[in-house]
Amino acid sequence: MDTFLGRYKNLVVLAAILFAQIIALAVQVRRPSQAGETRLIRVWAIASVTPFEKALVHTQKWMRDKWTGYVYLRNVHDENAQLRSEIEHMKLEQARLDEDAKMARRIQTLLAFKEQYLESTVAAQVIGTSGSDQSRVLYIDKGSDDGIKPDMAVITPTGIVGKIVQVSPSSAQVLPINDQLSGVGAALKDSRLQGILKGAANGTTTLQYIMSDEPVKPGEPVITSGGDRIFPKGLQVGTVASVEPGKDLFLNIRVIPSARLDRLEEVLVITNIQTRVPDASDLGPIRASDILSQRLPGVPVTPAVDAAGNAITQPGAMNTGQGSSAPGNATGAPGAVKPANPAGTGLGQGVTKPAGADAAKKPNPTTATPATTPAKQPPTALPHGSNQAPATTKPKTPEALPQ
Amino acid sequence: MPFRGSYTSREQVAVYEFNWLVLILIPLIAIFVQAFIATKLRWLAVLDLPMMVVIFFAVARRNPVSGCITGAIIGLLQDALGGPSHPIGMYGITNTVIGYAASSLGVKIDVENPGSRFLITYVFLFVHEAVYYGVGHGLLRQPLQWSWSHVAIAGLANAVVGVFVYHLLDRFKQR
Repeated sequence: MDTFLGRYKNLVVLAAILFAQIIALAVQVRRPSQAGETRLIRVWAIASVTPFEKALVHTQKWMRDKWTGYVYLRNVHDENAQLRSEIEHMKLEQARLDEDAKMARRIQTLLAFKEQYLESTVAAQVIGTSGSDQSRVLYIDKGSDDGIKPDMAVITPTGIVGKIVQVSPSSAQVLPINDQLSGVGAALKDSRLQGILKGAANGTTTLQYIMSDEPVKPGEPVITSGGDRIFPKGLQVGTVASVEPGKDLFLNIRVIPSARLDRLEEVLVITNIQTRVPDASDLGPIRASDILSQRLPGVPVTPAVDAAGNAITQPGAMNTGQGSSAPGNATGAPGAVKPANPAGTGLGQGVTKPAGADAAKKPNPTTATPATTPAKQPPTALPHGSNQAPATTKPKTPEALPQ
Repeated sequence: MPFRGSYTSREQVAVYEFNWLVLILIPLIAIFVQAFIATKLRWLAVLDLPMMVVIFFAVARRNPVSGCITGAIIGLLQDALGGPSHPIGMYGITNTVIGYAASSLGVKIDVENPGSRFLITYVFLFVHEAVYYGVGHGLLRQPLQWSWSHVAIAGLANAVVGVFVYHLLDRFKQR
């Protein structure tokens, strides 16, 4: 026996090491680690590598900030002028969106729709990856000491990134949406078809479980559906790159993520999401006449449908929403008031008309659109995920609103 | 009198030793750099610095047992940084095989000049990818994809970079 071991010592050692590792693999496959459970070797490896990565990333960032902030200032003047111009445009755009948002909040309050709010986020730096071509996990420089927990959503301003899977005191592991183990509840923004966005070993992402007879076109935006209870509803996911027939009557929809997953530097971790009905105090005073009009018999609540199949709000049904505007605010309900400027740049309050005025003039409320109205549809769709058109449901308790 | 000898000269079969600090720090640095560079450019993940370090130590020390152990430890550390889709042991097994093969080969042929280093790195990357694919696909049924072109390009990139990395690491050799 001694002779055998001595003669084949190298091979015996090789076989023993391989055997031990295969057994370890078998144990992991048979009993995968539960959520929150972290293997000790992972803790050691992460603890030994991440401090250096953190130091390097922060040093690099500091040097880059100094360079770009104090030394390399070429074209800054032109860029500044361009950004100022963009800000002006965005202010006008914001004014328009603000009106839409107010209307949406009013409708949500009336219908007691709950909305998800991002209560708090934590900004983090990406400090490392798995280093493997197969696994796409990322490491960020914030951990449980900063309030990070498993299953928190990680996003960037351009789109979602992934979710937290493992947390150590000073760092956390992120499973990006293009990892093969990832799955995100997603929906096509235009058609509202819902599916599951899955990653693949080669780093691509596909939207699955959309029936093959559904019309899906490349370029259509994809947003989160909120079905996974990790990502809030309505966040940007990506755009449809290609659509091919897949297996089992489902389409194979390849999606290009909005966030640059291969070049992430800073991300936001959503640490707290609250689901609540929008605060009615945001809505401004409501005129008593508006509430009275809700109680009057004969107010039409029949939903009308436009050519695209969208429900169109009826002025009568929208009265409460309109009335929630401040009396002095001539914008009224955006659902019935159109901006005079199609580009949305003339959204001063003077260029919009109260909806009530339109409704009084036009006999058919479904076509009560001013002549200057752009091609934009009335904003019947509720923000993010309310597939229910507001006109189809009569507000039940307008009295609950402050008068 | 029959000739008795090997393919290599006495100079070529010389066994090198390393400072223990070098033995610990260089694999850690390789793993750190491997994990870090991919945050900047994802395609740099085709470079496998830990594998190069395994090959270097195995070839320099020419001891299959230490080659196996070095490969196993470096591979397991590499595994530990992988995500939940990456079971611990995949790189461990792969680098164990690489360590054993490289140290066995180091006894037989000249592995000191850049040409042979280029070739063995190229060949070992194929072996590395094949073993990894075998473990992942064969044992674990993971949805891995084998691409000849990817492996060929990765082999070339690793072989070129490897020549420079080995040259750098030669400074730490001790007789």
